[in-house]
Amino acid sequence: MNSIILTAAARILTPLMIAFSLFILLRGHNEPGGGFIGGLVGATGFALYAKATSVKETIRALRLQPPTIAVLGLGAALLAGMWGQFFGDAFLQGMWPFYGPGPDGGTVGLPVGSVLLFDIGVYLVVIGSVLTILFALEDDVAHPDRLDIED
Amino acid sequence: MLLTAPIIISFLTAIACFLARHDRVAQRWLSLLGSIALLIASFLLAAEVIRHGPIAAAMGGWLPPFGIVLVADLFAVSMVVISAIIAVTTTIYSFGEVTDGEERFGFHTLLHSLLAGGCGAFLTGDIFNLYVWFEVMLIASFGLLILGGRKEQIDGAVKYVVLNLISTIAFLTGIGLIYGATGTLNMAELRDAIPAIENDTVVLTTAVIFLFGFGVKAALFPVFFWLPASYHTPAVVVSSLFTALMTKVGVYALIRFFTLMYDTQMPQMQTMLLIIAAFTMVVGVLGAAAQNSIRRILAFHSVSQIGYILLGLAIFTPLALVGAIFFIIHHIVVKANLFLVGGVMTRLTGSEDLAKIGGLWRRTPWLAVLFLLPALSLAGLPPFFGFWAKLVVIQASFEADAYLYGFIALFVGLLTMYSMSKIWMEGFWKAHPNPSGAAALSLSRNELALLVAPIVLLTVATTALGLFASPFFDIAVQAAAQLTETDAYVRAVLGTLP
Repeated sequence: MNSIILTAAARILTPLMIAFSLFILLRGHNEPGGGFIGGLVGATGFALYAKATSVKETIRALRLQPPTIAVLGLGAALLAGMWGQFFGDAFLQGMWPFYGPGPDGGTVGLPVGSVLLFDIGVYLVVIGSVLTILFALEDDVAHPDRLDIED
Repeated sequence: MLLTAPIIISFLTAIACFLARHDRVAQRWLSLLGSIALLIASFLLAAEVIRHGPIAAAMGGWLPPFGIVLVADLFAVSMVVISAIIAVTTTIYSFGEVTDGEERFGFHTLLHSLLAGGCGAFLTGDIFNLYVWFEVMLIASFGLLILGGRKEQIDGAVKYVVLNLISTIAFLTGIGLIYGATGTLNMAELRDAIPAIENDTVVLTTAVIFLFGFGVKAALFPVFFWLPASYHTPAVVVSSLFTALMTKVGVYALIRFFTLMYDTQMPQMQTMLLIIAAFTMVVGVLGAAAQNSIRRILAFHSVSQIGYILLGLAIFTPLALVGAIFFIIHHIVVKANLFLVGGVMTRLTGSEDLAKIGGLWRRTPWLAVLFLLPALSLAGLPPFFGFWAKLVVIQASFEADAYLYGFIALFVGLLTMYSMSKIWMEGFWKAHPNPSGAAALSLSRNELALLVAPIVLLTVATTALGLFASPFFDIAVQAAAQLTETDAYVRAVLGTLP
């Protein structure tokens, strides 16, 4: 699309939306938010960028093809599950390497562990799959005569 | 550990295959490795269950009723083992059939995602989680169905997806109602929670909703028509995989629900199941008789075989359940195989349409034998496994005084023979209408080996299962006993009996 207003706005809005999506991702640890909704917001940011520039430019900015992002996300989530399986008691069990009971009865440390990894996986799966669908549709609009979708 | 292994292995393989999708050789090796690993893991799991009885594991360490559990009893584990065998044959056959473009598009990724969904559905002990696995399978199967992007594939896939979506929505509605009525989604807890519901209407309504939801998946009469509309459109190896897994997951869920949670012997329920089973058997086999193309015959015929399995469930004596379990295994092994044979026949003659092919007996007598053995097994002739499966189901119906249904089953067996002999006469006996054109079609030695190896494997399986049926019969008796005596299952999940 050729609109100066959109292009200029996207330059500010896209990083803002992606930063916000990361905030939602992290906030989801204890409050409403999380990987799924964060991923949707992040995907919206990239979708806006794609509208303002082009699909090709967006994929270049992403560095990876959207399906690859989704599959890597699935891998991260699976890894989080196996972490609990192999080093804990059950598949998908929460593992907290930097977090534990403190000397005075409370808990100390950084609550970062397999749960966050799982959430990041969900985040990537959502971004990857939403963008895959979106770009495929864009591709169809750009080349209506073509039926197959190659990545 | 062992319980989650089939699911983890399938997902890992799917991911690895996707990341290696631009390297055809690496992707193929990864896919084959994943299938074999799945097979080994499923055998280990089966050994564990045979030794210790049903085992369960709570995901994330959250015990029921809060968390989701995976449970493996003998029935679930035999389904996982048979899926893993089909995974291996599918992978090998696909090397000879699936094109480079389709592989790059993600054939192997979709295949292993489908397997993950299947193993998850067989192993889960939570009805909402079962819904999730159904969705995983549905998405992966949709991808496999349209792979290649031909027009008739899209056409079949639309029918397939619309009906399957309606069925999952029905299933979800049922889950909501049950959760509202009982406050739990754990199958083991539901065993005692559902009979405790005071309002009979709720029980019967949810039972019928689940019957509809799984009935669509299993292709029961009268909601089977997505199956003959879609199974002949994708690659042969995909047809073979679908016939082995997709409808069986529906039947599996039906058996699980109506043995563990619902009382099949509610009088209305049993009559309904019996009538549906009879219609499914008859309509499926008549539909197959009317078809004229290899895969359409086989697909329609699959519908009738589901009827036998349902008949086993409907009669609900221990012997009948043994029959149902036997029949599921038998049908997976044999029908998946026949689809593969049909694929080789098509490759050698140039068409699936029986009017346009022929002369295979003269050209490739070995293929005729490879067709004949599973076809006879399907028709229920000794010494093949199909004979025992049919015998047990029919004997169980006679013992339960359901003579009418026993005779219907016998009659349907006869018509099965008709469909199989049609393929035999047209494809093998008759001369090819255009012999010079057919002679030009040949497969390289390499391709042939990849296509025929899985067929031989499955043929040996059905013959061996038939010749040495007695240990498998013992296992099936135990599996059926675990289905009717559910205390062991519940104790494995909840630790104690409520």
